[in-house]
Amino acid sequence: MPKWFVPAAVVCGLMFAAAPILIANAPYESTMGLVQKIFYVHLPSALIFLLAAVVCGVASVRFLFGGNPRHDRIAWAAAELVVLFGIITLVTGPLWARKAWGVWWQWDVRLTASLMGWMVAVAYLLLRKYGGPGSDKLAAGLALFGMANVPFIYISVNYWRTIHPTTNVLPTLPVSMGLPVWFTFATFFLLFILLLRMRVRLEEQRARLDALYLSVDA
Amino acid sequence: MMRRLLLAILLVGATLGVPVDTQQPEPKQQEEFVPIDQLPPQDQLPAAPLLVTAYSFVVLALFAYVISVARRLGVVQRELDRLQSDVKRPRT
Repeated sequence: MPKWFVPAAVVCGLMFAAAPILIANAPYESTMGLVQKIFYVHLPSALIFLLAAVVCGVASVRFLFGGNPRHDRIAWAAAELVVLFGIITLVTGPLWARKAWGVWWQWDVRLTASLMGWMVAVAYLLLRKYGGPGSDKLAAGLALFGMANVPFIYISVNYWRTIHPTTNVLPTLPVSMGLPVWFTFATFFLLFILLLRMRVRLEEQRARLDALYLSVDA
Repeated sequence: MMRRLLLAILLVGATLGVPVDTQQPEPKQQEEFVPIDQLPPQDQLPAAPLLVTAYSFVVLALFAYVISVARRLGVVQRELDRLQSDVKRPRT
C-alpha cells in the first residue's frame, strides 16, 4: 500500500466520527422534520455512486483503446464501488421517501435510471466473474453504458415532472445544512479513494499471483 | 342609461361569479390540537425507525465491504507468500 494510505484512513475514520455530530446539530427541515436527516448520507452516497460510474467508464475506455491492464483493474474496482454506493443510495432513498412522499418507490425518471445504472454495474461484475476469457473487453463496453447513464440521472429531475427534488436545492442550502452535507460528501469521497486503492491492490496481487503460477509451471 | 347600467352589472357579475363558483371549497381550518394517534395512518409513521435503519444500513454496508476486501486481500497475500517461499526453496 502507498505511504499516504494509513494517514488517509485515520483521517477518514476521524471524519466518520465527527460527521454524526455535525448532522445532529443541523436544523430540522420545516416540512419533513427528523426523517430529512437521511439526506446527509443519501446525497453524498448518490454523488459517489455517479462518480464511481464515471471512473469505471473512463478507465474502461482507456483499457479498450490502450490495452493497459492497470486501467482494467481500476474499472473493475470502481464497478464494485458503483454497486456499493448504489445500494446505499437505493436503500436510503426509499426509507426517506416512505415518510416524505408516502410511498417506498416511485417509477420516475431519476429513480428508474439510478436503478438501471446500478444494474449495469451488477451485470459488469457478473460478466467479470462468470464471463470467461474475453469478458474484460465485453465488460468494458458495458461500463460505457453505465457512464452514459450518469448525466441522464443527474439532469433528469430538471427536465421531467417528478416528485424528487431538483439539482437546484443543493446550492440554496443554508450553511447550517450545507456544511454537514459537504463534510459527509468529503468523508465519502475520501473513503471512495481508499476503497478504490484497496480494491486495485487486490487485483494487482492477483495478477502477481497469476504471473508467479505461470513462471512455476514454465 | 338604465339599460347600460344593467348590462355593465351583468358583465361584471358574469366575470366575477364564474371563478368563484368553480373554486375548490376551502379546507376546514383546524381549531384545536389533534392528538397524534387521531391523525390519518400516513401521518402517524414515526421517522426515527426509518432514520436509524438508514444510518445502520450505511454503516453495515461499508463495514461489510471493507471486511470483504481485507479478507480477499489476506487470502491472496497468503497464497502469494506460500508460492514465493516454494519457488525460493531449493528443489531436491
